Amino acid sequence: MTSTTAARAVGVDWRRAARPLLVVGFWVAVWQVAALVVDQPILLVGPGGVLVRLGELVVTADFWGTVAHSLGRIVAGFALAAVVGVLAAALAATSRVVDALLTPLLTAVRTTPVVSFIILVLLWADSGQLAVVIAFLMVLPVLYTNVLEGIRHRDRTLLEVAQVFDVPLLRRLPAIDVPAVLPYFSAGCRIGVGLAWKSGIAAEVIGLPQGSIGERLYEAKIFLSSADLFAWTVVIIALSVAVEKLVLALLGRLERRLARGRAA
Amino acid sequence: MITLRGVGRRFGDQVVLDGLDLDLPRGEVIALMGPNGSGKTTLARLLLGLDAPDAGAIEGLAGCRTAAVFQEDRLCAQLTAVSNVRLVLDRGVRAAAVAAELALVGLSAESMAQPVRELSGGQRRRVAIVRALMAPAGLVVLDEPFTGLDETAKPLVMAYVRERCAHRTTLLITHDRAEVEAFGARLVELAPPG
Repeated sequence: MTSTTAARAVGVDWRRAARPLLVVGFWVAVWQVAALVVDQPILLVGPGGVLVRLGELVVTADFWGTVAHSLGRIVAGFALAAVVGVLAAALAATSRVVDALLTPLLTAVRTTPVVSFIILVLLWADSGQLAVVIAFLMVLPVLYTNVLEGIRHRDRTLLEVAQVFDVPLLRRLPAIDVPAVLPYFSAGCRIGVGLAWKSGIAAEVIGLPQGSIGERLYEAKIFLSSADLFAWTVVIIALSVAVEKLVLALLGRLERRLARGRAA
Repeated sequence: MITLRGVGRRFGDQVVLDGLDLDLPRGEVIALMGPNGSGKTTLARLLLGLDAPDAGAIEGLAGCRTAAVFQEDRLCAQLTAVSNVRLVLDRGVRAAAVAAELALVGLSAESMAQPVRELSGGQRRRVAIVRALMAPAGLVVLDEPFTGLDETAKPLVMAYVRERCAHRTTLLITHDRAEVEAFGARLVELAPPG
């Protein structure tokens, strides 16, 4: 009886696990058909061609050096934005003056076209750290706004409890503040990781820092290699998804730790 | 002694407290009764420092630590009962001491290990009560502390609260005269609003 139920449960899980694969498979098939119809690998390479090119790339040391170059800078820009965003939001939540000064500034940053920043940074500095600065600037307003929103939506009744019982700030933070802000921060990170990659790579394509993924994409355009373009795009998507999963896993771990009261 | 002289509080046009004089002698339980809207909870918030009077003065609160059972449980939903209580205690109070206290009001070891969001309303109420009474406070405010407790648990919890409030300055807000008598408290009645 029990084993039948278990087997059925496993069967249901399999079906659920297979669904995203079927969806991916469907769109890859559409891509393959489109490539066959176009029949010009320069314009649209098929999935097989991309896979072959990827296979050629991943065995080279150059590939991993390029990945490390862009990954390091984009993650650094994102991490910097997370730290500065949280601190700035905390300051803005406690001081009206800081809020009045920062919120319009970050709204301006959010609405400024990314290319304006890219060109400005290239005017002021060399392209080596361009992706760090651009990823930072794109992610900062998102995390700042989300964290500030989270701080403002903390449970007021619990903050009163902390006030009445004179709970020290360092004990209040992990018990009351951080659990309230964490979902807002996680939502911001989910958007922020994707933004960091898109803007960081766009900056590299324009600024062409040596040994970056952006430079490879630019070369793909120069040499009319859609296989390279697609292969590197797949790499970017994979890296972006992996970083997002890693960040969310770390935040989930923090949430579970806080629930156990370990950090308190 | 905590003294209130001519204390007034209004919200817009609505006068909730007007010229209230009240003494809370050290180590005594004062019971506060009055119809809805007579300002019981407003008075509690003034004493707890969560609100300030528009008129009059409250003296004797300087340096006095406070503790409270609010009308709502106000617990950290993700934390266990023991963690919720320890949050307000001074460093050095062991988890085992908190667990022993929670056992006095009838919480099982199993329910103490769960996040309080998984506990029943009556269990959460008891956690809120133990939190207020273990806290190192000179003034305890209990705003209808026994609501939500079932009839079997209530006598046990009341006996616990009575024992822990003995010789502590306590304000007990209630609708139930039997509670006032059980505590042997001096009764103060607030007039209806108007």
